[in-house]
Amino acid sequence: MSTDEKHRQYWRTNVKVLSALLCVWFLFSCVLPIFLVERLNEVTFAGFKLGFWISQQGSIIVFIFLILGYAIIMRKVDAAHGVDEHGKLIGGKPDGSGEEGKGGAA
Amino acid sequence: MTQAVWNWIFVLASFGLYIGIAIWSRVRSTKGFYVADQGVPTVLNGMATGADWMSAASFLGMAGLISVMGYTGSMYLIGWTGGYVLLAMLLAPYLRKFGKFTVPDFIGDRYYSSAARGVAVFCAIFVSFTYVCGQMRGVGIVFANLLGWKITPGVLVGMGIVFFYATLGGMKGITYTQVAQYCVLICAFVIPAVGISFQMTGNPIPQMGFGSQIASGDNAGLFLLEALDKIHAELGLPEYTGAFVAGKKSMIDVFAITFALMVGTAGLPHVIIRFYTVKTVQAARWSAFWALLFIGILYTTAPAVGAFARVNLLQTTHNKPYEQVPEWFKKWESSGLIAWADKNGDGLIQFGGGAAFAGKPTFEEGDKRGDHGQRLVTNDLTEGANELYVDRDIMVLANPEIAKLPAWVVALVAAGGLAAALSTAAGLLLVISSSVSHDLFKRMLKPDMTETEELRYARIAAAVAVAIAGWFGIHPPDYVAALVAFAFGLAASSFFPAIILGIFSKRTSKEAAIAGMLTGILFTASYIIYFKFINTEANTADNWLFGISPEGIGTVGMLLNFGVTLTVTQFTSAPPEAIQDEVERLRYPSED
Repeated sequence: MSTDEKHRQYWRTNVKVLSALLCVWFLFSCVLPIFLVERLNEVTFAGFKLGFWISQQGSIIVFIFLILGYAIIMRKVDAAHGVDEHGKLIGGKPDGSGEEGKGGAA
Repeated sequence: MTQAVWNWIFVLASFGLYIGIAIWSRVRSTKGFYVADQGVPTVLNGMATGADWMSAASFLGMAGLISVMGYTGSMYLIGWTGGYVLLAMLLAPYLRKFGKFTVPDFIGDRYYSSAARGVAVFCAIFVSFTYVCGQMRGVGIVFANLLGWKITPGVLVGMGIVFFYATLGGMKGITYTQVAQYCVLICAFVIPAVGISFQMTGNPIPQMGFGSQIASGDNAGLFLLEALDKIHAELGLPEYTGAFVAGKKSMIDVFAITFALMVGTAGLPHVIIRFYTVKTVQAARWSAFWALLFIGILYTTAPAVGAFARVNLLQTTHNKPYEQVPEWFKKWESSGLIAWADKNGDGLIQFGGGAAFAGKPTFEEGDKRGDHGQRLVTNDLTEGANELYVDRDIMVLANPEIAKLPAWVVALVAAGGLAAALSTAAGLLLVISSSVSHDLFKRMLKPDMTETEELRYARIAAAVAVAIAGWFGIHPPDYVAALVAFAFGLAASSFFPAIILGIFSKRTSKEAAIAGMLTGILFTASYIIYFKFINTEANTADNWLFGISPEGIGTVGMLLNFGVTLTVTQFTSAPPEAIQDEVERLRYPSED
């Protein structure tokens, strides 16, 4: 397979992954906390109405996990398509804060 | 130790820390100045992004806003966090791969046009200035109200500090100071919240206390939010947790504002620029995760703080005689942020729907006092039963006092408010300075200048920007709040579509992008200017386009921008081969 073809495949996978994640994003940024909030408010748990809880707590938590999911999935996709950045990351650890920290701050 | 001593210790210690970091991280190259040598570790970049993003408004204002708005306040929470998802997936990794210094750099190179670069420079400077004025104002508020200093020397000291580390250390100095500022501001926000949550509900975690039962007082045993809805109903206020009930914003408006804030967040140059500072594309993705995690700590605590503050405020003031109000009430009354007009002359404070009187309180000269010892206001009183004015910005500042937390916590909150304002101001100043020195001078006016010269221009631009921002901090225009709608509207309707299409569509031509940006900006700006400055009387839901307020109109501007760009693309020739190759290249993390 040529490099170009590999790159195109990689890009298609990337677009697929982010489309799926952005659907979840839209669900938790607009559909559940705004369009359906009144219906969800009929359900309560602990001291919260469900719709209200999603709009003030739940959606933020989901957003954090979405970005985490994207970073993890794309790390695998990068490696599978051979487009990861060789030599820059040691042991595949993206947050090699220890060494980089000293280097970057010197 | 007295309160004043604690205040001095916390403020001086935190300022000393920032200066120390600035000296340790000073830079000599433009790469160091603009993008911190692209060597910032992801976790630290996440913290710096968090501090950059969380401004005086997030720290001081948001909990108060939510406390007043209830459910409707969610649009700020979702808007200002949801934008990070867009940023992490649609912008950050590719802009990092592109690997230049600024946002106008990307627009100018991708659309092979200095006109496009010029439009982007203008927007970047305008958006950043709008924002930075608010920060300097925040510095002034903390100094004046919490520390009891005068606003002018307070702002001057704040300016001096930012000037020092922004010009000396550039992005590198700013980044590492922001890491320290994040730690200060998050402690300052969370510690009082934990104290109040434990006091009110017996649960020390605010996010859980938010959904717990009230431990003592009139409403003991009721769930916090249940009690809040009950008190609101008794006072004739719209239900706190209710969504689109009478007296609150409509669904379409909440949607438009939330969307404009999300897209605007993703298009703000001082946030985008942070992703240029990490080593790799992967690091850019992880940075976005860490940033939102660190931001999320404050953003999930804020609605809890808002609800606690609301219950506290209503329970301690409504139908209580003025003589029995707690100490903090009188303290904020004397600084003019709380005011009571005894309309029915019964000596009790009645709280209810609507404003107590028109506008912000103005007081009788010579601190004249009424029958009960209250400060007398000269404003025109309204017909409604509400007698109490509470400035919503004081919620976070007053919280530790309301909850009777120790003096060092109050001092910590002051240091936190300053950290929030200074960190955001510094990030914005860097955008202004790099837009001027790099995009305007180096790329457009004087391409042949040396790196040393460019660095000198960058420092001069930063210095001038600090001075202008400081002037606005000392002499705040009345329209600062209106300008913030502008910043998000413009970021949403100009940058966002141009950057997204620049990455995801190779076919988008320069004519299309410029036409799109101009349409977006002109439409959004004229809508906001009309309702906010020219015909302010008409600024009601009946006159709005589709019922969308000026705060949310950026969403429509963005859609217009997309529409125009895609249409014009059909009628213009594709970008040159070299540009298309460039777009191809920035889609893959690896160099080959």
